Amino acid sequence: MAGRQTPDTLDMPTRVSTMEEVDRGLKPHLALAEAGRCIFCHDAPCVKGCPVGVDIPGFIRRISQRNMVGAARLIRQANPFGAVCARVCPSEAQCEKGCTSAGLSEPVAIACLQRYAMDQEMARGIRPVAAAEPTGRKVAVIGGGPAGLACSLALASAGEAVTVYDSSPEPGGVMRYGIPSYRLPREVLNQEIDWILSAGVRFVPNTVVGRDVAMADLLREYDAVFIGAGLGEPAVPHIPGADAAGVISAYAFLRAAGEPDEDVRRQAVGEVVAQPLGRVVVLGGGNVAVDAACTALRLGAESVAIAYRRTRGEMPAWAEEVEFAEEEGVNLVFLLSPAEVLQADGKARGVRMTKMRLADDDASGRPRPVPSGEPDVTIEADTVVLAFGQAPNESVFSSLPSLARSDAGMIAVDAETGATSVAGVFAGGDAVNGGTTVVQAVGEGLRTAEGIRAYLDSATPARN
Amino acid sequence: MSVDLSIKFAGIKFENPFTLAASPCTDNAEMVARAFDAGWAAAVLKTTSVEEEVVELVYPMMAGLDFEDKKVIGLQNIDLISERHIDQVEKDVRELKKAYPGKVVGASIMGQKKEHWQTLVRRLEAAGVDFIECSFSCPHGMPERGMGSTIGQDSELTERTARWVKEAAARVPISIKVTPLVADLPHIAHAVQKSGADAITAINTVKCLIGVDIDNFVPYPVVGGKSSYGGYSGAAVKPISLRCVAEIAKAVDMPISATGGITTWRDAVEFLLCGARNLQVCTAAMKHGFRIIEDLTDGLSVYLEDKGMSSVEELVGLALPNIVEHSHLSREYKPVSKINLETCVKCDVCYIACRDGGHQAITLDEKRLPHVDEEKCVGCAMCAGVCPVFECIQMAPR
Repeated sequence: MAGRQTPDTLDMPTRVSTMEEVDRGLKPHLALAEAGRCIFCHDAPCVKGCPVGVDIPGFIRRISQRNMVGAARLIRQANPFGAVCARVCPSEAQCEKGCTSAGLSEPVAIACLQRYAMDQEMARGIRPVAAAEPTGRKVAVIGGGPAGLACSLALASAGEAVTVYDSSPEPGGVMRYGIPSYRLPREVLNQEIDWILSAGVRFVPNTVVGRDVAMADLLREYDAVFIGAGLGEPAVPHIPGADAAGVISAYAFLRAAGEPDEDVRRQAVGEVVAQPLGRVVVLGGGNVAVDAACTALRLGAESVAIAYRRTRGEMPAWAEEVEFAEEEGVNLVFLLSPAEVLQADGKARGVRMTKMRLADDDASGRPRPVPSGEPDVTIEADTVVLAFGQAPNESVFSSLPSLARSDAGMIAVDAETGATSVAGVFAGGDAVNGGTTVVQAVGEGLRTAEGIRAYLDSATPARN
Repeated sequence: MSVDLSIKFAGIKFENPFTLAASPCTDNAEMVARAFDAGWAAAVLKTTSVEEEVVELVYPMMAGLDFEDKKVIGLQNIDLISERHIDQVEKDVRELKKAYPGKVVGASIMGQKKEHWQTLVRRLEAAGVDFIECSFSCPHGMPERGMGSTIGQDSELTERTARWVKEAAARVPISIKVTPLVADLPHIAHAVQKSGADAITAINTVKCLIGVDIDNFVPYPVVGGKSSYGGYSGAAVKPISLRCVAEIAKAVDMPISATGGITTWRDAVEFLLCGARNLQVCTAAMKHGFRIIEDLTDGLSVYLEDKGMSSVEELVGLALPNIVEHSHLSREYKPVSKINLETCVKCDVCYIACRDGGHQAITLDEKRLPHVDEEKCVGCAMCAGVCPVFECIQMAPR
């Protein structure tokens, strides 16, 4: 059996001088060759590994028969963000992980094939969602990210009237304001979102529930509410000196860097962090840290390092993303925990780091980093990016105090229906799971749409 | 736009043209029920016979032809008709028609004499079968006993036997399944037409010897140290069955059920374009399961949508006017090979093919890039055929 095919990618060093998508997709003949590697095994472990259960052997078989539109439609049936997820899913840890072909050579490049099918579909335009008979019922969706939009589409295509309230000017949530465009081009995102909105979903921008509209009003005006508000302000541990100019949260940094227009982007980045970036150190070890590091390279950083308090093996970032960053020239340093941001004239000039060693496992099952007792070291830096993850979205809880929390402090829901402790209020996505993947959020949005419809059917019979 | 995949064949409406052929896939009602659930419009139950017919099968009976890393691009079988006689098949028909009134249930029969053929027809008709196919065409085992392709290779036997069957049939349409193993298939098709039969199924398997175990000197499949010629099916026989269907369609005005290597929706379109109204599948379903029906129907739907057509009916026979006698092909049309040097990977297999199998019209420059000498190029298209790069070599009019 032939080996796994790989897509074309932008070469170094061109790749780090632009926000253009690095992955250029499979060439047509390679897509056919790769589809030919699927055995169409009976068990299809790939489908079980997919949080939304895409019929993977089905779409691959359609590709191998050159029915690209049929392949894309099959994907879209299970995943309204099929083109986005083909680019941002950790496929090696999901669908490709159980691939039977690995028993012969390597797993089939499922995400690359999905991307190929979706590219073909997008080139000819996504088939509009068939209009449904309106039920006369209304649902408010808080947050226009992957969970909220997936939920909205499922509801709208069943005839429910959906209004999405979002704090940002544009829909997309983490897909627009978190994921860098070199991984997810905005044209791809916009096309899928436009397709969802064209199904009759109303989008209300720049609106924070609890600030610009009252939760009580939503509960009164709508028959059900879905909360897909994502995570809240970054969790920033107190680091002395972190008030210096040049210190920024990865969240704010990526948001500014996500502006598609180059001039607008330069200005947006300039508003949140001192320019030029100079030497950059990113503190953290997750995917956001990696995204921030690779983005900093593209925005002209002199050098970029990621400093993490454990070792490579414990990094929450996906191995593939870490390798990607190393290829681009990001320097990884381990067993360092920030003690103080060093300043000169109110500007960051470096970070004093405490050296760590790994001790016994903590509650998360990972070895706990503890100070090693060696002398502190200094990493010189003009820009310090803090990527310690995000916290629960507190604005949601303050707007609806009776909303019960999970042990992790997120919104507690019924796993099957997405129902919260408040009747008629449902939730999904990062606000519930604490932040995992786009595809997981999409899946929760879709499943919860079913839960909402069942609730509406029992509580509010269709009005016509 | 919604497309209609339904089509009439021999007066019967099929929800789509896809039918499981008489084969191991259709040897009991449980299998056929699962196929119907998967989306197949019809099935022809495995060929049956009267109770007194002795059917003794041999094993192994299947041997695949693998090509490079592709498994079973062709398949030899030395299977015979079903071990399940008419009494059991009658039951299957009743059960399936009751459970699936909207699906089409066909039966395939084979007999040694007039009485057998007529009994089978009457009993199946009474059981409620929708159509009957008569195998005049099995290339192995049965001919030794005067059955199978022995009938289909003789126009008089074909016409006479088909008349017996037709005589016995009060209601159901009769389709005669023909063999490609004849010198003049249109001649056989005319004999079928004269008999009064309602349709033609083309083709049965092609007599073959799929390979030899070169260590033990026994051909495959090896049955206790010996082997036998068998019937060849699967993707590899498609060009033969497509030719047969086109020849029959041009010779007689009868509905044709095509079978022989139909594997993908593209094959399906091609057979429809060559005049078939019904499409039977066996080997592809044996290899990948009944689930392939989804690819077949989805691919056909998207194709029709792309073509702006709303029904399968519109495709039937569209390619036939474009098949002419060789002597009627234009001698003025002079294509020439055009190589896209932007996408060329300099493998130079086009150069080798042209040098050793063509007209020495391709030369290599110092960078190993191939160039076509248009004076020498006759436009044979062998270079385009062997080029591994997607659409790199095109044959263009001069």
